[in-house]
Amino acid sequence: MSDLIHRPTLPLGQRPKVLELSRVAKVFNGNITALRDMSLSVHEGDFISLLGPSGCGKSTALRLIAGLANPTTGRILWDGGQQKGDLGVVFQEPTLMPWATVAQNVWLPFRLRGRPFGAVRDEIMEALTLVGLERFADSFPRELSGGMKMRVSIARALVTNPRLILMDEPFAALDEITRHKLNTDLLTLKEKIGCTVIFVTHSVFESVFLSDRIVVMAARPGRVIEEVLVTAPYPRGEVFRTSAEYAAHCHIASKALHAAMGEAA
Amino acid sequence: MTLADDSPRRLTAAEAAVDAEAARRARASRIEGVAKWLLPALVLAIAVWFWDRTVVWNNIPHYILPGPGLVLQTLVKDWAILFDAMLVTLQITLMALAVAVIGGVGLAILFNQSRFAEMSFYPYAVILQVTPVVSIAPLIFIYVDNRMAGLLLCAWIVAFFPILANTTLGLNSTDHNLRDLFRIYGATRWQRLRFLQLPSALPYFLGGLRIAGGLSLIGAIVAEYVAGTGGIGAGLAFRILEAGYRLNIPRMFAALLLIATMGVVIFAGLSFLSHMLLRKWHESAIKRET
Repeated sequence: MSDLIHRPTLPLGQRPKVLELSRVAKVFNGNITALRDMSLSVHEGDFISLLGPSGCGKSTALRLIAGLANPTTGRILWDGGQQKGDLGVVFQEPTLMPWATVAQNVWLPFRLRGRPFGAVRDEIMEALTLVGLERFADSFPRELSGGMKMRVSIARALVTNPRLILMDEPFAALDEITRHKLNTDLLTLKEKIGCTVIFVTHSVFESVFLSDRIVVMAARPGRVIEEVLVTAPYPRGEVFRTSAEYAAHCHIASKALHAAMGEAA
Repeated sequence: MTLADDSPRRLTAAEAAVDAEAARRARASRIEGVAKWLLPALVLAIAVWFWDRTVVWNNIPHYILPGPGLVLQTLVKDWAILFDAMLVTLQITLMALAVAVIGGVGLAILFNQSRFAEMSFYPYAVILQVTPVVSIAPLIFIYVDNRMAGLLLCAWIVAFFPILANTTLGLNSTDHNLRDLFRIYGATRWQRLRFLQLPSALPYFLGGLRIAGGLSLIGAIVAEYVAGTGGIGAGLAFRILEAGYRLNIPRMFAALLLIATMGVVIFAGLSFLSHMLLRKWHESAIKRET
């Protein structure tokens, strides 16, 4: 049952490296540089935000990591090798199959690996419990609110206990209140299962609240400008959201983002 | 049950207004529900009455225009012949529909999986579709000896295209994020087809099926007209032709009535099937609240 709950968070130096991008670039049609020289190390248990204006290549970076596109130059290494690691993905839309129930949607990653539903029922129910939707296992997506659909999407991403979870502005389409709640719940979830996350966002507040590292990016061409460390310890909650520390970090990240946008203009 | 029954509290003016509004809306929807059936029935009754009076008042002979009563009498009197004929036509229609489903979905999957197959054959599917079946049918009956096979082929030519076109559209209408997700999870082609594309295509396919149901009846009737010769295994269209030669107008009307009924029943059946398959999840089958 407790397959998903594991990995005590060790200090950074002792945590194994999950993913390494070294000088990765992506050029479209031979002349549009979507991403230039991006280097990034991701360690187990990291929560990294990619923050930047639209067109800064953060989604491109995510697609490269997900293996949906190949870098024009540079290398992406998983656990030191070329073999792509196990991955969970959450898109901006919930991206659920409308004809399948909530539980069947969460089953998908297993199903595509040939695991019958009965064999992974416990994992599916555990993932649904983690996002607070265990009572909705047999509902259809259309019966759920936008926030609940997003929770299903998150459950699907973490059900296989992947090495890395990619989130591409998952809460951008939700209302502010739902977004607040999901941010808090996501951190609680991360504390529980110790997953590793790369989180794309264009919200300074969201990135400061969630991550321990913010990678600030600029547009045209997409590139990394600065890395901001958020040193506040987890678990973070409403207390952190109203603290001076939070405000200070938001200030730093905002300045970095402004610098990024100024350079682009 | 009203709010007042449940609680001793007096309704405020605003709440009473809201309640009255809701009651008015409920009454309107009830009236609409009855009118949906009552009005067409009324139109039918008036039309039949008018038809009957026209025949009686003008002394129109039955070999020119029979009255509705005579048509019904003929329907009862000739029931044995007409019912057999209906079964023949129904059989051809349903078989053609079945073959159209197999052929249409099969071709759609083939076209979807192989761009080259699509490039090679799609234009000919269109040509087959746009050429009126009446003009192809005589040729078909020259080369196809088996009359049943000929009828089936004609009906199939008319019916398969909407299924092919709609299913193709459906297979290509998958959510692109879901497609990415399937790629990330390393889905095989077969898995993508089975778990993503076919379910996405289902509503489109069912839309095509409803059109094809009507078209296969039309195809079967047209083919029977062209095939002409009857005798054993003659369908409704043949009975209409035959009755026309004999100036048996009441029977022509009776056969026509059966054909129209068949068409309605087929459409209703396919609509029901579509509703049952989609009611859990698809927008088209979901009743809006309020």
